[in-house]
Amino acid sequence: MIEKRPISNLIGHLMLIVGIIIVVFPIYYTFVASSLTSTEIVRPPMPLAPGGRLAENYGEALAGGVERVVGVSLERLLFNTFVVAIAIAVGKIVISFLSAFAIVFFRFPLRMAFFWMIFITLMLPVEVRILPTYKVIVDLGLIDTYAGLTLPLMASATATFLFRQFFLTVPGELVEAARIDNAGPFRFMRDILLPLSKTNIAALFVILFIYGWTQYLWPLLVTNDSRMNTIIIGLRKMVDFADASTPWNYVMVTAILAIIPPVVVVVLMQRWFVKGLVETEK
Amino acid sequence: MQRVVFPNKILPYILVAPQIVLTIVFFFWPASQALYQSVMRENPFGLKSGFVGLANFSAVLADGSYLNSLQVTVIFSVLTALLSMGLALLLATAADRVVRGQTFYRTLLIWPYAVAPAVAGMLWLFMFNPAMGTFAYILRRNGFYWDPLLNGNHAMVLIVVAAAWKQISYNFLFFVAGLQAIPKSLIEAAAIDGARGTRRFWTIVFPLLAPTTFFLLVVNTVYAFFDTFGIIHSVTGGGPAKATETLVYKVYNDGFVNLNLGSSAAQSVILMAIVVALTAFQFRFVERRVHYG
Repeated sequence: MIEKRPISNLIGHLMLIVGIIIVVFPIYYTFVASSLTSTEIVRPPMPLAPGGRLAENYGEALAGGVERVVGVSLERLLFNTFVVAIAIAVGKIVISFLSAFAIVFFRFPLRMAFFWMIFITLMLPVEVRILPTYKVIVDLGLIDTYAGLTLPLMASATATFLFRQFFLTVPGELVEAARIDNAGPFRFMRDILLPLSKTNIAALFVILFIYGWTQYLWPLLVTNDSRMNTIIIGLRKMVDFADASTPWNYVMVTAILAIIPPVVVVVLMQRWFVKGLVETEK
Repeated sequence: MQRVVFPNKILPYILVAPQIVLTIVFFFWPASQALYQSVMRENPFGLKSGFVGLANFSAVLADGSYLNSLQVTVIFSVLTALLSMGLALLLATAADRVVRGQTFYRTLLIWPYAVAPAVAGMLWLFMFNPAMGTFAYILRRNGFYWDPLLNGNHAMVLIVVAAAWKQISYNFLFFVAGLQAIPKSLIEAAAIDGARGTRRFWTIVFPLLAPTTFFLLVVNTVYAFFDTFGIIHSVTGGGPAKATETLVYKVYNDGFVNLNLGSSAAQSVILMAIVVALTAFQFRFVERRVHYG
């Protein structure tokens, strides 16, 4: 604080409150809609206070309401999305941790070639090579499988790069001490490297969980069977403005359930999330 | 570089194997296929394909709809980046100014980061859909004929707002980090010299934020180019009349809907070149930022 200026402080609070209204309002609007009947939702203006159908809407949507519309239950959609998000986050962390470990703590022929092979994938998101990647999945018979949904998204370099940067800061004395004590590479990894990397792993987990949860283009392509859809694809299939029979109350329930889990993860793991975001992107 | 290493000979290969296998199968192989297909053309029955050199590229670059989609993408990216970064900078300076409650505000402002782009698009569509959206209703009642399903400009506004909304959290967190990194002594010195708040902002804070701003500009451009497919697919479907068809949407549309493999592959290769250029740009900048710090 340079000067004591209560008015400037007040303006700051006001701006932040307006900002929060902008940021949170669309979610609040959808939440309100999820507590109304379908006819109330389609007849503007919609009330801005929650209605009385909250429990009924969520209960019915979970008990087969959504299944009648898109042919797959809401629980199944949530389960699929959880599997995809966790598999991508854990898979990516494990394979990146191992490859960064190999590249930093060993010397072997082709080491730099491997490093550059991985590093180059930093550049190309799956969006720019969708058609040929899709063809690989078809050839491998991975359409409508969890492997097909997650494996191509694990092949990226950000996490490897982050672990490599971190491992390079681990003092060589620690490695020396481990070797003098006759600890092999796995012992060193488990007892020294893993505990040191805990915060990095937590930070990466939040970022990658969100990344996996919010995927759209890839799940859209590799799932034909609606039972393998993620909740976001399921939601997209339910939304039809031209069809008068669209059950808008279930749509809103599905939207809220697609939003809540990643928001909870980000809010509860806020400290690691902010650290991970600001550090991985550097 | 680590000086102390383990002596094992075989183990490191086993450790890098999973990542290398995934990279080859899902990255190098498809990318090489895209390159290969971009110089081939299938005959109309899809039975034979022949080498056509750079014909696919010249066809794509001469195609009016491709140039249109390039223009759409550039407009969309610039508007999204400006709107989102402008709002985020305002909020970040406000957060830097208030004494209490910073954590509380931050907790609420990071929500949109966790919302999928496709869902963000649908949330805004719920509010602004001409058939049922409350805000579309309010606009109409005040004599403004709002219809993103028929008017290309309205559709563009809608996807820009949804895309910018989703990105506010990210930009906010980086601007807050950037503001906190500015030495307080500089601002105090300016205050002693009699510079008021606004003047201090434009002559000291804003120039020192330039590296952060520049970095965010690149990140937001990449986001608008590649991560907004979900928004466009779920809100406008590229329409009306291709008014919101971005480059990535066009690759998808030509490859999966129109099944024009050669053209789609050539477009993929052009997109790869754009990403490589943007990334190289960003890395040069990251080098510079290290020297700043």
